[in-house]
Parts: sequence; structure tokens; C-alpha cells
Amino acid sequence: MTISKDAFETYVLEILGPLHGVARRLTKNEADAEDLVAEAVTRAWRARASLADPVAFRAWMFRILTNTFISERRKTLARPREEQLLEESGEGEGAFSIFERVHQPFLLWFGSPEQEFLDKLLREDLDRALAALAEHYRVVVVLADVEGLKYGEIAAALGVPIGTVRSRLARARSALQRTLWNVALDHGFQTARAAATHG
Amino acid sequence: MSETHDLGCEWALKRLVEFVDGELPESEHDGVEQHLRTCRECCSRLEFETRLKQRLSMLSGDEVPSTTRDRVRELIRRF
Repeated sequence: MTISKDAFETYVLEILGPLHGVARRLTKNEADAEDLVAEAVTRAWRARASLADPVAFRAWMFRILTNTFISERRKTLARPREEQLLEESGEGEGAFSIFERVHQPFLLWFGSPEQEFLDKLLREDLDRALAALAEHYRVVVVLADVEGLKYGEIAAALGVPIGTVRSRLARARSALQRTLWNVALDHGFQTARAAATHG
Repeated sequence: MSETHDLGCEWALKRLVEFVDGELPESEHDGVEQHLRTCRECCSRLEFETRLKQRLSMLSGDEVPSTTRDRVRELIRRF
């Protein structure tokens, strides 16, 4: 049985916040985010017969949103480019961990540099670091960490196997931590070791 | 890092992020939990990854502009 218009409206409005949030982080622009949400809702209504189970509405809707983003962006490009959301090549860099950079196991009694790092982190720093991520990384971090989707939902939303979600998420978080680390260094953050060396 | 117990830091660290995400298979979940009970270093790492994830989740829930909400409502009304 296909979903009724009333039920469709209820489900859409229930997830409009996360939907708009993801759209805003994909487009990096308020007006484009609104257009993207409107277009995705229109496509979802047209494709409502493909919603097998209303329980899966959120992942189904996110899948339509990301597919809409890909196809709309492709239209605006002068020449076709690779689909970054589906791109799987690694960045050619090893995993990066802020914790491993700042943690001082023998300085526990002086406090916790890694917690200090988080305390100094501003919302703007996180916004900027997310915006700097490649699209295929940004979307997976936003779905998992900002909007709290489970791996299975992300796999359904992106149309990829769950193993791909795990590996892509690991690389995306590494890239995010690398960017946050660079932002912190730009702001003058010093590790305890560096502070001791430079006075 | 401590090496005097259970499955070890290396084993636990490989699974720590999925543990934070609540996505670790039950068969491995207990092993990580057991390791964390005895390893201060991995507990610090767990606390860091958990807090970073919390900070990111706080970016959610931004107010949807009323123009967007109205436009979506109107759109559906016209379907």
C-alpha cells in the first residue's frame, strides 16, 4: 500500500530538521539547501510507491536527497565530473588521530591535553572542518555523527554496502581530525611537549 | 599502553570507534568493555572520541527557516 498524502507530510515534517541540516552541509548555502529539500520532497512523492516500509522512511528520504544533490549538481557542471559522493579511492594518507597527537600518558596529573583541545574547539571550527571535507566524506560524517543515523541507515541512504560505510566513515573521521588539528594549530594550540620546548 | 590483560590495546582500539557508535557486534562488545575496565589509556581515548562525537551531534537541530517549512508544506498540499 502506498503512503497517503497526510502520512507523507507528517513523516517529512518529522525529519525536516535533519533533512535541511544535511542539505545545508551538502550545498553550503541556505538558498540552495531549501531548493534541494523541495526538489527531494517532490521526487520522493513521485517515487512513493518505492517506499516498501514506512519504518525505513528516514533512510529512503535521505537517499533521495543525496541522489537529488548529485543529479542537480551534475546539471550545473560545464562538463561531467566523477561522482564524488560515490568515489572510493583513498586519500593516500595514513589514519590521523588528534588523541595520539596530544595525549601525554605521563602527564595525567597535570590535566588532560586532549580534553583541553576539545574544550577550546569552537562550533565554528567544527563547521569549517566539515565544510572542508570532500563531499563523499562530509555526507557520511554528517549522517553518522551530526544526525546520528545507524550504519544500516547510512548504507541505505547512500546505496552502498555497510562495509563501505564503515571504511568510508573511518577515512572521513581521520580527514576531519586532520583538519581540526590544523585549525587548532592555526589558532595557536600547543601540545604540552611543544609548550615545554618553546616556553 | 597496558599489555597485562585480555585482548590488548591494539585489538580494542581497532574497535573503539564502532563501540562508541554502538555498532560493534555483541560478540566483540564485551571484549572491548572488559579491556576498558583495566586500561586507563584506552579509557582516555574512549572519552575523547565520545566527546568529539557529542560535539558534532550538537551541530544538529538548527532551526529550519520558516520559509523552507512553509514551502515544503505548500508543495505537499499541491501534490
